[in-house]
Amino acid sequence: MSQRRYIAEPQSPPKQRADEQAIDYAPIVHDQVATTTCYMCACRCGIKVHLQDGRIRYIEGNRDHPVNKGVLCAKGSAGIMTQYSPARLRKPLKRVGERGKAEFQEIEWDEALKIATEWLGKIRATDPRKLAFFTGRDQSQALTGWWAAQFGTPNYAAHGGFCSVNMAAAGLYTIGGSFWEFGEPDWERTRYFLMFGVAEDHGSNPIKIGLGQIKNRPPENRAKFVSINPVRTGYSAIADEWIGIAPGTDGLFVLAIVHELLKADRIDLDFLVRYTNAPWLVVDAPGTAGHGLFARDGAGNPLCVDNAGAIRSALEAGVTPRLVGEATLADGRKARPAFELMASRYLDESYAPEKVAEQCGIPAATIKRIAAELAEAAFDQAIEIPIGWTDWAGRHHDKVIGRPVSMHAMRGVSAHSNGFQTCRAIHLLQMLLGSIDCPGGFRYKPPFPKSAPPPAKPAAQVGPMHALHGLPLGFPQSPDDLLLDLDGAPHRIDKAFSWEAPLAVHGLMHMVIHNAWAGDPYPIDTLFLYMANMAWNSAMNAPDAMRMMTDTDERGEYRIPHIIYADAYFSEMVAFADLVFPDTTYLERWDCISLLDRPISDPDAAADAIRQPVIQPDRDVRPFQDVLLDLGARLKLPGMIDGHGKSLYPGGLKDYMVWHERRPGIGMLSGWRGLDEDKQGMGEPNRRQLERYVENGCFWRGEIPEKARFYRFANRDFFDWAIPRGFLDKPQQIVLQLYSEPLRKFQLAAEGHGTRQPPEHLRARVSQGFDPLPSWYPPFGATADNDGCVLHAITQRPMHMYHSWGSQNAWLRQIQARNPLFIARKLGERLGLADGDWAWIESPHGRVKAEIKLMEGVNQDTVWTWNAIGKRAGAWNLSPTAPEAAKGFLLNHVISELLPPRPDGHRYANIDPVTGQAAWYDLKVRLKKCAPAEYGETAPVFDALDTSLPKPGNALAYGAEFRAKRARQ
Amino acid sequence: MTALPAHPSDRKLGLVIDLDICVGCHACAVSCKEWNTGGHMAPLTDYEAWGDSPSGVWFNRIHSFEAGEGANGRTVHFPKSCLHCEQPACVTVCPTGASFKRAEDGIVLVNEDLCIGCKLCSWACPYGAREFDEDVGVMKKCTLCIDRIYNDKLEEVDRVPACVATCPVGARHFGDLGDPNSEVSKLVQERAGYDLMPELGYKPVNKYLPPRTGRTHTGCTGAPATPLQESPAESTGNRLLRWLDQALSR
Repeated sequence: MSQRRYIAEPQSPPKQRADEQAIDYAPIVHDQVATTTCYMCACRCGIKVHLQDGRIRYIEGNRDHPVNKGVLCAKGSAGIMTQYSPARLRKPLKRVGERGKAEFQEIEWDEALKIATEWLGKIRATDPRKLAFFTGRDQSQALTGWWAAQFGTPNYAAHGGFCSVNMAAAGLYTIGGSFWEFGEPDWERTRYFLMFGVAEDHGSNPIKIGLGQIKNRPPENRAKFVSINPVRTGYSAIADEWIGIAPGTDGLFVLAIVHELLKADRIDLDFLVRYTNAPWLVVDAPGTAGHGLFARDGAGNPLCVDNAGAIRSALEAGVTPRLVGEATLADGRKARPAFELMASRYLDESYAPEKVAEQCGIPAATIKRIAAELAEAAFDQAIEIPIGWTDWAGRHHDKVIGRPVSMHAMRGVSAHSNGFQTCRAIHLLQMLLGSIDCPGGFRYKPPFPKSAPPPAKPAAQVGPMHALHGLPLGFPQSPDDLLLDLDGAPHRIDKAFSWEAPLAVHGLMHMVIHNAWAGDPYPIDTLFLYMANMAWNSAMNAPDAMRMMTDTDERGEYRIPHIIYADAYFSEMVAFADLVFPDTTYLERWDCISLLDRPISDPDAAADAIRQPVIQPDRDVRPFQDVLLDLGARLKLPGMIDGHGKSLYPGGLKDYMVWHERRPGIGMLSGWRGLDEDKQGMGEPNRRQLERYVENGCFWRGEIPEKARFYRFANRDFFDWAIPRGFLDKPQQIVLQLYSEPLRKFQLAAEGHGTRQPPEHLRARVSQGFDPLPSWYPPFGATADNDGCVLHAITQRPMHMYHSWGSQNAWLRQIQARNPLFIARKLGERLGLADGDWAWIESPHGRVKAEIKLMEGVNQDTVWTWNAIGKRAGAWNLSPTAPEAAKGFLLNHVISELLPPRPDGHRYANIDPVTGQAAWYDLKVRLKKCAPAEYGETAPVFDALDTSLPKPGNALAYGAEFRAKRARQ
Repeated sequence: MTALPAHPSDRKLGLVIDLDICVGCHACAVSCKEWNTGGHMAPLTDYEAWGDSPSGVWFNRIHSFEAGEGANGRTVHFPKSCLHCEQPACVTVCPTGASFKRAEDGIVLVNEDLCIGCKLCSWACPYGAREFDEDVGVMKKCTLCIDRIYNDKLEEVDRVPACVATCPVGARHFGDLGDPNSEVSKLVQERAGYDLMPELGYKPVNKYLPPRTGRTHTGCTGAPATPLQESPAESTGNRLLRWLDQALSR
């Protein structure tokens, strides 16, 4: 079914003409080729590395790999230049000067590990949570999260809190899956694709392959691609329709579409009845502790009213529930179906396209047309495929029905303080159209769907020398699951799972430095970071983050006493470490892309992958994962040593990948388990497992039977496939959460019910954020008193860069080494700004200077720039006067991690009130034209760093050696 | 000056580039760079790779620009490499015969042994497709991956230019544009593929497929979309009533 991506006709070699240069048509292209997994971004494509004399000749996409199917993006091909980057760290470093000055002494590994063991050992023996361990763009969270749990600190997370936790959390709490790694459009069959916001650097090759596919359909099977994005670059440039929405109003746009669909009764009622909680009765008893919760019977089953008027369990197979109408419960209370609450809300004229048009910057007629097109595609172009399947109740069906409408949202929607509810609104729209896990719609990737939300709860600290009873991150379902100390104060340093961010399922890495510096909620001893550039492009308010890390108390001691940092490169963050563990590159180590972590599956199969070392390091560096297991053994952490105190994984991650079992039979890798190597997902460890992976191109893919590929929330054939693999625990329907009872429980607490209630200053925020039905409210940052800052300011992600890793790369920085501020031509005319002018970008927090570039394809009230091009002078071993430092800038400098003070002085964090997601894109600014004397260089600038690494030469003639060798042969 | 082949074959190898789906990701440009920096014309030298003015030799570059005003305009990503013209001025201007057009497949190459680095060819090429390697002192350019497309040390499926093999959206195609029945020629026919600046008369072999016109009007999705029924007089309560007597079971 899949389309051929390109035409390439084989050509026979022509005869050599005597009067023409003789050409060697068939030079040697490698003496060795190794498969592994790319790490030039988060996409995790399969690659083949062609080597000659131990050097990389070239890297290409692995055609057999499920993620990229042979393609490779600009970043992946530029992996050569990242491998040979002059910014690579060479040896462990110990700080000898002031923190932040990059004055280090090279030390041996043994000394480095002894220092860390001493610091961490003391913490573990007294108060384990004084270790804050945060791991950035880590692809080994199944290991690092587990390590934190064994150490006994709840203060662990990776970078999701400042990336796209709103998208992930809203999906997991609503449909038991989400976009990108948890599900994707059915590219082959979809007829209408809505993409919300910037998506260019995540799932990048799969999305590009998919877009190419839907754009190149034959005329009789056309699909339409609509991009909703304030900026028309990248993917938006090839959209059939670009909608330049005002940032932060996507939820309003979606709910206006919902309004239109409801008004016209163009919704999939059958889907809502079968697969969602739309028919469940919601108690209507205002002022009581049960108001807004589901009515339940004695066994806890939710109730509905059947068409004969009887109150019955809503979970019964075959029940015919009413969708509207008041019911009287056995205890006399009134109740109404969730559907009715939903429909009454969005039918209200306040959601009419005419009412939202101006705020969204989209004409009402356009919203109406999109609604009509969605309905037409979903219902009039419905697909029927004769695939027999058995539903959750054991009933056989002889076909699957597809509603070929699909959607995708990532950071553009996520990075607002209303992002969680906006993502919920998108999932509501999918439910109303019946386009979840059906042909042509959104389709889950295994191990998803999981129950909505998944069952794991976040674990709290137990005490000195004790492991946690679970993992640090999880999914609270009510205020009882929050991590609060006895006095109600946040238990975690980042305040995740407190009233400030109750569903912070990815933690809040962006608040750690601030909170640790402020000692709020408590001081810590050691900040241990891996691969997170928290002194620069990963920090909100980078200038203050740097100040906080170097600030001292009245005794002259650093407020954050110890900082350990692990990275492969001399990023801006390295300068702030007391101890540096130099990591290997991605081509020099074993790694594990585990289903326990972030899956690389596709809708038709579960998949996981490994990295294998294809190049030997030429520096005194070690893979961070090996270092972590070594540290764990030195600290005698449970699960890392045997009964004699010896390391269980002396070979490091390579051993752990094979032998570690999370539960009996379940380990890091799913393929080739068991004594006969024939088990998938669950089975005994297999000592030959890695050999099997390597033989198979460093990945494993286990296909789902055809009958188990759709409606997986209610498909017994899927349960039968997933349970023995350990992906699901029980053969039970996963009911999609149109109305969210867990959210309502938090809202009830904010309304004054229950024993755990938010503090006064957070009540209104919690009450608003935890609406059990998708809602829209203006982003907080955008509505604060902004002193004339009326322009939205956002970033887009260049497809050829991945954060600061990309902008250090010798080839990629030739594509782009500086970033202007893009503004609409008409706005430029109004403000007297022309191409090449320089302007101050001023927010209530601060200002940064940038060059102006006018353009057409941008929302009139929005200015934007490329993400993570700007660098601190000298960092990454670039020239201190490189354009990245002199002319490139970070918008981060004007984004505060705190909102401006309220009248009583309190400052809310600049986050989504539900998940704690960093609200980067709430930023509002004003522009002030620079005086001519101020042109030419960005500001603020910081002292140049001296990395003390060997300086690279001027001309780079990479590859000349391969030609020279061919000439010799 | 250098003569074109007196008796060229009918074969005209080249690329077809689809501007309707190119997202401007630079995958083709970097893949080209990495293959060719170790390939037939190796190296593709870089200058100040980590310095103040990073630059280097690239055989394929992406130009992004906007056409038209406001929301009605379009952002265009335009990959550009040597077009392997049938009448290449870069060849005829060459004083040494270094720059030449191959008789058998039409590929335009530079014989570095004969190149004196005079740069006349880069002045003559209207497409800016030539790249001077200062370090080596010779002109370099796209070879159409001549060390891949006939390379029997590669699997047959890999014998395509690197830029074509890697393109994630599938915006690049490779074949014989001299054969009217080839798949690439048919694609050009179907999609009204065009020559870049045909008025100059260099007859480029590479073709570009124009963007398809946007589909923003009602009914553009295949079947006519009926505008959703308006019912402004109805109250929310009345609208809810229509769902009262549904008899759908789960």
